[in-house]
Amino acid sequence: MADTAIRTRTRTQKPAPAKGRAGKAGRLPRAAVHHPWWFALPAIVVFAAFFLVPNLLNFYYPFTNWSSYHPDIAFTGLDNFTTIAADGSLLRAIRTTLLYALLAAVFQNGFGLGLALLLEADSRFNRFFRAVFFLPVLISALATGYVFQSLFNQDGAVNGLLGTDIPWLGSTSWTLVLVTVIHGWKWMGLSMLIYLAGLKGIPGEMLEAAKCDGAGPWRTFWSVRWPMLAPALTFNVTTALIGSMNTFDIVQATTGGGPAGSTEVFNIYMFRIFGQGLYAQASAMSLVLFLVVVAVAIPLVIGLRRREQLL
Amino acid sequence: MSTAVNPASVVRRASAVNPAWRYGRPALVLLLAGLAVGVPLWLVAVTSAKPQAEAITPNLDLPRHWQQGSNYEEAVSQGEMLHGFLNSLLVVVPSVALVLILGAGAAWVFARRKSKLVSAAYALCISGLLLPPAVITIVMELRQLGLAGTRPGMIAVYTGMYLSTSIFFMTGFIRAVPVELEEAARMDGASPLRIFRQIILPLLRPVIATATIMVTLYAWSDIFYAFFVLGGGERATLPLNLYKVASAQLYLNNWHLVFAYVVVMSLPMVAIFLVAQRKIVSGITSGAVK
Repeated sequence: MADTAIRTRTRTQKPAPAKGRAGKAGRLPRAAVHHPWWFALPAIVVFAAFFLVPNLLNFYYPFTNWSSYHPDIAFTGLDNFTTIAADGSLLRAIRTTLLYALLAAVFQNGFGLGLALLLEADSRFNRFFRAVFFLPVLISALATGYVFQSLFNQDGAVNGLLGTDIPWLGSTSWTLVLVTVIHGWKWMGLSMLIYLAGLKGIPGEMLEAAKCDGAGPWRTFWSVRWPMLAPALTFNVTTALIGSMNTFDIVQATTGGGPAGSTEVFNIYMFRIFGQGLYAQASAMSLVLFLVVVAVAIPLVIGLRRREQLL
Repeated sequence: MSTAVNPASVVRRASAVNPAWRYGRPALVLLLAGLAVGVPLWLVAVTSAKPQAEAITPNLDLPRHWQQGSNYEEAVSQGEMLHGFLNSLLVVVPSVALVLILGAGAAWVFARRKSKLVSAAYALCISGLLLPPAVITIVMELRQLGLAGTRPGMIAVYTGMYLSTSIFFMTGFIRAVPVELEEAARMDGASPLRIFRQIILPLLRPVIATATIMVTLYAWSDIFYAFFVLGGGERATLPLNLYKVASAQLYLNNWHLVFAYVVVMSLPMVAIFLVAQRKIVSGITSGAVK
């Protein structure tokens, strides 16, 4: 009797969990059937093999003597790091790259925002000039560098035009600033487009309301438009800062890292040292770049996101 | 109705209030465009048409003797432009195609499936947006795989580098597409592959246009990674050739050739932009600002 009771109870209980499981079991495979993993697999494999694995290897090779002078690769500890720290190139690369990224981000965003505000209204005139200011984005960075090198050479077009004899690309303190202005020039069109989209996203009533409250153009800008541009600013500042830490072409084509190494950013150093066959040392610098980018990117993204929520 | 009228009236009233701005703004735009974009482009255009003797110190004067034809010819023959052009195409086109196809497939799964594993895979796959590629160890790995200095190696490196961008933009886009569209097709018995090809890919067209131009732009003008992976040799792409021509500049004073090269290298990108301008602009802006 008890037996059957138990049996009936189990029998009556059975359908409930079975149904639950069927529902669950139905849902999981349904996801797997409708959006199967193998659609994502090729991308994951390629990305892992050619992006993640090299970055992981980059945590090993800096600690070896891998170079064109040794037939085999042996573990040497921190030797490469002490070398680049002792000859001063480590600190110089960090300092130059951070300064470059900061200035490039300032110029790129300054130019981009200025252009966006100038060309905000949707007229035919403005649409044409938006395209004109986007042109530099389409020209390769290397070509941009050569164009500006010929402009700013001591016997170049700018000095010829101004009747001066200024060594624009020969100053150990100001050439870096000029190169970042060129970087800002090359990418300003992209920032401009993104700021334009941000401006377009501001509801018309909001501007009208500010106007009714007696706000002038400046007040409207700082109290309404600037805060509403926060998402565009986040995107632009992040991409500009991170992108310019990975810069190579413009610097190589204008100064090649000079004068006296004053514009030698990480990638220029790696390129030069790799050319000398000191692979592990270049890899050590590459690892430092990785760590610097992570150290800048994480607080930056978190900070800008928080700012968006506060505004 | 009022919302449709308001922005325009605000702008109009603002310009009515301030006549200096009304005429000053177009004047300022013209001045900036002339100085910032006009001067460099003018320099390129005139120098690429000058004989070598006139181009030794590049200036903004018109060429006294126009010889753009022979300059471009020389850039083609000496700078191996056609060879470089072909090499660039052979690397860039497959890379872009792979970035788009693989990216779309992954984005579809990442956008539709919700589990911890999927979000982890997604986070990992878009980490390339911020992290720099480890170029030195890429060379190491390619050597071990026997891909160093080869086009497949270059294509793999570009694909790995730019996949993050396409996955990021496409996932955001697919999330905004209603699932019902897929479900309707599924009711009619369409397989996942068919749904992907006939529903998802066509819907992705605007993002694909943007991703195409951005990735093409980056890969077409890249020299840093091409240096490490391809090196000079047989398979050198256009930017590598330009670098070679420009490095010889120091000894040969051949600015006219450098600038002829710059023009030819830039024209395809300008052409793509002009053809797909509207799509590109809307794609870039809608993807970035959310």
